[in-house]
Amino acid sequence: MLTKRIIPCLDIKDGRTVKGVNFVDLRDAGDPVELAEIYSRSGADELVFLDISATEEKRKTLAELVRKVAAKVNIPFTVGGGISSVEDVDILLQNGADKVAINSSAVKNPQLINELSAKFGRQCIVVAIDAKQVNGKWLVHLVGGKVPTEIDLFEWAKEVEERGAGEILFTSMDNDGTKAGFANEALQKLSNELTIPIIASGGAGNIQHFCDAFTKGKADAALAASVFHFKEIEIKDLKEEMRKERIEVRL
Amino acid sequence: MKIVIIDYGAGNIQSIKFALERLGYEGILSSDAQEIKNADKVIFPGVGEASSAMRKLKSTGLDTLIPKLNQPVLGICLGMQLMCNWTEEGDTTGLGIFDVDVVHFEKKLKVPHIGWNRITDLKTPLFKDIQENEYVYLVHSFYAPVCKETIAKCDYGVEYSSALKKDNFYGVQFHPEKSSDAGERILKNFLDL
Repeated sequence: MLTKRIIPCLDIKDGRTVKGVNFVDLRDAGDPVELAEIYSRSGADELVFLDISATEEKRKTLAELVRKVAAKVNIPFTVGGGISSVEDVDILLQNGADKVAINSSAVKNPQLINELSAKFGRQCIVVAIDAKQVNGKWLVHLVGGKVPTEIDLFEWAKEVEERGAGEILFTSMDNDGTKAGFANEALQKLSNELTIPIIASGGAGNIQHFCDAFTKGKADAALAASVFHFKEIEIKDLKEEMRKERIEVRL
Repeated sequence: MKIVIIDYGAGNIQSIKFALERLGYEGILSSDAQEIKNADKVIFPGVGEASSAMRKLKSTGLDTLIPKLNQPVLGICLGMQLMCNWTEEGDTTGLGIFDVDVVHFEKKLKVPHIGWNRITDLKTPLFKDIQENEYVYLVHSFYAPVCKETIAKCDYGVEYSSALKKDNFYGVQFHPEKSSDAGERILKNFLDL
């Protein structure tokens, strides 16, 4: 059986980890490569690096980081943040990234999904969708959730699947940062309506939340940042609990 | 030991090169026929779409070179699929090394098959010191059914070939370079053949 995946997410700015990490065994808490190695050893199934820097040097710095991570880490990783062209993706994959995540650029130019999928294969194209409920409707938001659109989450998800996305990374902005659990109803609806894997994001606060995302939300993978960075949840403990709940997991 | 990774523009070969480095070996990326022939071990990678990958192999003559190689050859993912007779992806004729046709997963399953899954019925020294039910990382939408050349199986709605072997040719559907320590061990086993 295919296992459910646990994915720590690292926010990167100018080649360094930001938003704080609290690892006593780290020499340098800002070094994404060192953090990636620790996560890979502690049982993470995959990693996501989200680049939030906006400098002109960004592309070069990110490519260098990807190369360093690929040299050290023997599990798959995805890179996202400001990717908007075939050329951007080509550079990241050539340096050793396994997948890329696109978000706002896909909404602005949906044809980009088709182009990337045709050139690199759908398996390495993750479309990230940020959404929140407005008057009972799940609406897609852009630029890290700051800019609302009129686009319906479920319609957009269906469209990106048809255009060639290999996976969907769904972040519920209503849940993100609350530590009150994932958006399981929306997750389940996505999972039932789509035939590509769904990664749940936003709301992880305890181990039960992850279990619920898989059992109630029918997610294929769950992503979180701070609960792992601040060691509120150890991946090993999480996976042992998942196994007790009869969720397929790599231990 | 001279290890050549066949370079035909097929996606994520940097990861394989890095995995070899972690094991203490250097992998040379090459599309040169003489260099490939002279290698002790040949790795045939592949990520992407089958018909366009096959066109690239044909345009460089690698399609006739690869089946004639005598040293151990390891096809990875699409590389393994292209070593089969035929693949449903783009209705593509393969290199005909493994006597099996590659087909698409049933539509009722989530495809691509992405993530970690168990490998079973492990045969040959490629899986030396690898436990039955070990987890490996996979990303694919097409699969080779179980056949007489199967040396490892995986179950995703259907039991299929996770690895194949014929003579000096090996193929793995999973990504050893991304399958944590077990994957690195399998790569090491290949280098030790």
